[in-house]
Amino acid sequence: MDIYRAHVLVCGGTGCSSSGSATLIDRFNEKIAENHLDKEVKVIRTGCFGLCEAGPVVIVYPDGTFYSRVKPEDVDEIVTEHLLKGRKVEHLVYVDHATRQQDAEKKLEDITFYKHQHRIALRNCGVIDPENIDEYLAMDGYRALEKALTQMTREEVIDEILKSGLRGRGGGGFPTGLKWKFTYQSQADQKYVACNADEGDPGAFMDRSILEGDPHAIIEAMAIAGYAIGASQGYIYVRAEYPIAVKRLSIAIDQAREYGLLGKNIFETGFDFDLNIRLGAGAFVCGEETALMHSIEGKRGEPTARPPFPAVKGLFGKPTMLNNVETYANVAQIILHGADWYASMGTEKSKGTKVFALGGKINNTGLVEIPMGTPLRTIIYDIGGGCPNGKKFKAVQTGGPSGGCLPESLLDTPVDYDNLIAAGSMMGSGGMIVMDEDNCMVDIARFYLDFIVDESCGKCAPCRIGTKRMKEILDRIVEGKGEEGDIEKLEQLAQTIKNTALCGLGQTAPNPVLSTLKFFRDEYEAHIKEKRCPAHHCRSLLQYKIDPAKCKGCTACARICPAEAISGTVKQPHVIDVQKCLKCGSCMEKCRFGAISRV
Amino acid sequence: MKSLAELEAIRKATISKINVRKENEAETVRVVVGMATCGIAAGARPVMLSFMDEISKRQLNHVTVSQTGCIGMCRLEPMVDVIVPGHEKVTYVHVKPEMVPRIVAEHIVNGRPVDEYTIGAAE
Ligand SMILES: Cc1cc2nc3c(=O)[nH]c(=O)nc-3n(C[C@H](O)[C@H](O)[C@H](O)COP(=O)(O)O)c2cc1C
Ligand code: SF4
Ligand code: SF4
Ligand code: SF4
Ligand code: FES
Repeated sequence: MDIYRAHVLVCGGTGCSSSGSATLIDRFNEKIAENHLDKEVKVIRTGCFGLCEAGPVVIVYPDGTFYSRVKPEDVDEIVTEHLLKGRKVEHLVYVDHATRQQDAEKKLEDITFYKHQHRIALRNCGVIDPENIDEYLAMDGYRALEKALTQMTREEVIDEILKSGLRGRGGGGFPTGLKWKFTYQSQADQKYVACNADEGDPGAFMDRSILEGDPHAIIEAMAIAGYAIGASQGYIYVRAEYPIAVKRLSIAIDQAREYGLLGKNIFETGFDFDLNIRLGAGAFVCGEETALMHSIEGKRGEPTARPPFPAVKGLFGKPTMLNNVETYANVAQIILHGADWYASMGTEKSKGTKVFALGGKINNTGLVEIPMGTPLRTIIYDIGGGCPNGKKFKAVQTGGPSGGCLPESLLDTPVDYDNLIAAGSMMGSGGMIVMDEDNCMVDIARFYLDFIVDESCGKCAPCRIGTKRMKEILDRIVEGKGEEGDIEKLEQLAQTIKNTALCGLGQTAPNPVLSTLKFFRDEYEAHIKEKRCPAHHCRSLLQYKIDPAKCKGCTACARICPAEAISGTVKQPHVIDVQKCLKCGSCMEKCRFGAISRV
Repeated sequence: MKSLAELEAIRKATISKINVRKENEAETVRVVVGMATCGIAAGARPVMLSFMDEISKRQLNHVTVSQTGCIGMCRLEPMVDVIVPGHEKVTYVHVKPEMVPRIVAEHIVNGRPVDEYTIGAAE
């Protein structure tokens, strides 16, 4: 048996891959062979560890030494020092954001970033080799499928999911067990299960990471779902922009077929189930369930009105049960450990955990999984490490283009479906973007609306025309051409669109504007009435100015200005010609005396 | 197509392979071989390889082998620490590959340290 004394886990998630982890793997293998360690040390490519900010990430076991930002040339040192001589390479060890220390002895679960997390959906990400089904099996993989098929009736499986309190992680939060039950109750000669891996929210990468890091978890859960509702065929709808996820998923499906975990007569129980991958067309609206199903059928990915609901009439006109990737990622654990175990985590109406992709103005951008009910403050400060460069926190955006921005005063909100809605945002699929004092909230709202205008499929007028009108008003406001009454116009349009749009995209599109209007109305008013951007972000509304009292006349700014907008003589205060100034900000960065400011 | 029994066998075999990735396991026995330059010169590598050999031969899922740098007692190298949870660390000195099967069998498997190889006997 090939036992290796040390395992080098190199993150092969998208984040670390783009910072060069594939090169690291080759280099490790090369150096390990060179030092004749290839019979003792094994290199494994895993999925995302969550700390993408510190990537590429490498962990060396059995010591559990966590190396971050590893460069190809660092590999030689890790091999000759750590792997050959057992001396940890201290200067490459991850710096904990809370203690600011490099502690080579610190175990992964004691690192501040991981300490507050509870990994269920991400349990195998960064732990196993996703391209090796044996490793998934060793982590109790496919035991839940075995249990469901050999020891539980279909009704018992559905009951367990119902009792667990699991709700859809794709954004809507609909009780998963109920959806399974409705599809189970539909009578038909053929039913389907489907997995939504379209993940179109800007900044979101939870589903991608699960598929990349633990694809078998989705396959196992879909087979369990197929058994429960009575489907023999499943489809996974993945964005074509996720090549690593698609590749790992294909490998996993092949391996599962080879082992008889997909295919005919699974575990000799008479249950048949197989899976196919469908590549997404790349439009955000294709993540909407009816559009997604049309797209799988080979038609245009446009939403249609519900009812009929997919549970009654879905793919190819047959009852279909669609769940999100992260929703599925919880299923095997619930079957294995029981509904009570799962329901013991979380809040009254939101059970279990939720994965968030932390991004924006935050120190630890990455992937985190927290029990429902964890306050926003814990996620942003304790796990995320707060805003970089000592900047002041301003808002956190959840729910993507359908969600909202919450201010500092609501940071103690315990995160769950209902609390976030009550606070004026929503859970969404799990994007969480932090904004600091330099972000203009009007411009943020405009960013999301711009996304919507691009992604609207154009089928219904309120969404197609209404969002464009709203966007035009916001464009005007940030350019300093806002007028009295614009806020009211925005509010009216928002209401109309919410009430009359055909699908969820349009119905939720005004939310980013409404929530910023609710919490940051003063910023809108400053833009409109005073022609001023309080965050000094909107270019049309700001001016660069030199304070003559502070200016030493060093001429540095005048030399760097690309527009030759700065004039003055040596040792005399300089001035900026606002007509010529391009507002590039170079002069402000250059001035060592802090004489230049944005007003 | 694999039967349930075959899947179970794969699980068992793979668990021993990925066992090194478990952290803070209360049951894990740790074998730590001194492997700095002095240790390597004194023949620590063959010792470590013998440990790995013996452990995989006996399919001991709960044992990890790791190394450490110089402990500062070069004249006693190669040195090996065996750490059984709940017991004091035992340090073996001047370890040779021939001694490894006995350490594994008596100490790791049966829980009785091989006193004559330990640091106490050498001093
Ligand atoms: C415009 C729009 C985009 C959506 N995008 C996604 C998506 O990318 N992924 C996803 O799982 N659900 C998405 N949804 C929600 C799906 O329609 C559906 O509710 C979900 O996939 C059901 O799975 P769940 O119950 O497990 O959450 C989107 C909905 C709308 C209206
Ligand atoms: S609301 Fe927007 S995306 Fe949805 S159907 Fe109408 S136009 Fe298309
Ligand atoms: S760089 Fe600063 S100090 Fe120097 S001339 Fe410009 S404004 Fe004055
Ligand atoms: S902001 Fe740019 S263009 Fe304007 S004065 Fe400074 S350097 Fe010149
Ligand atoms: S991609 Fe490597 S830690 Fe996320």
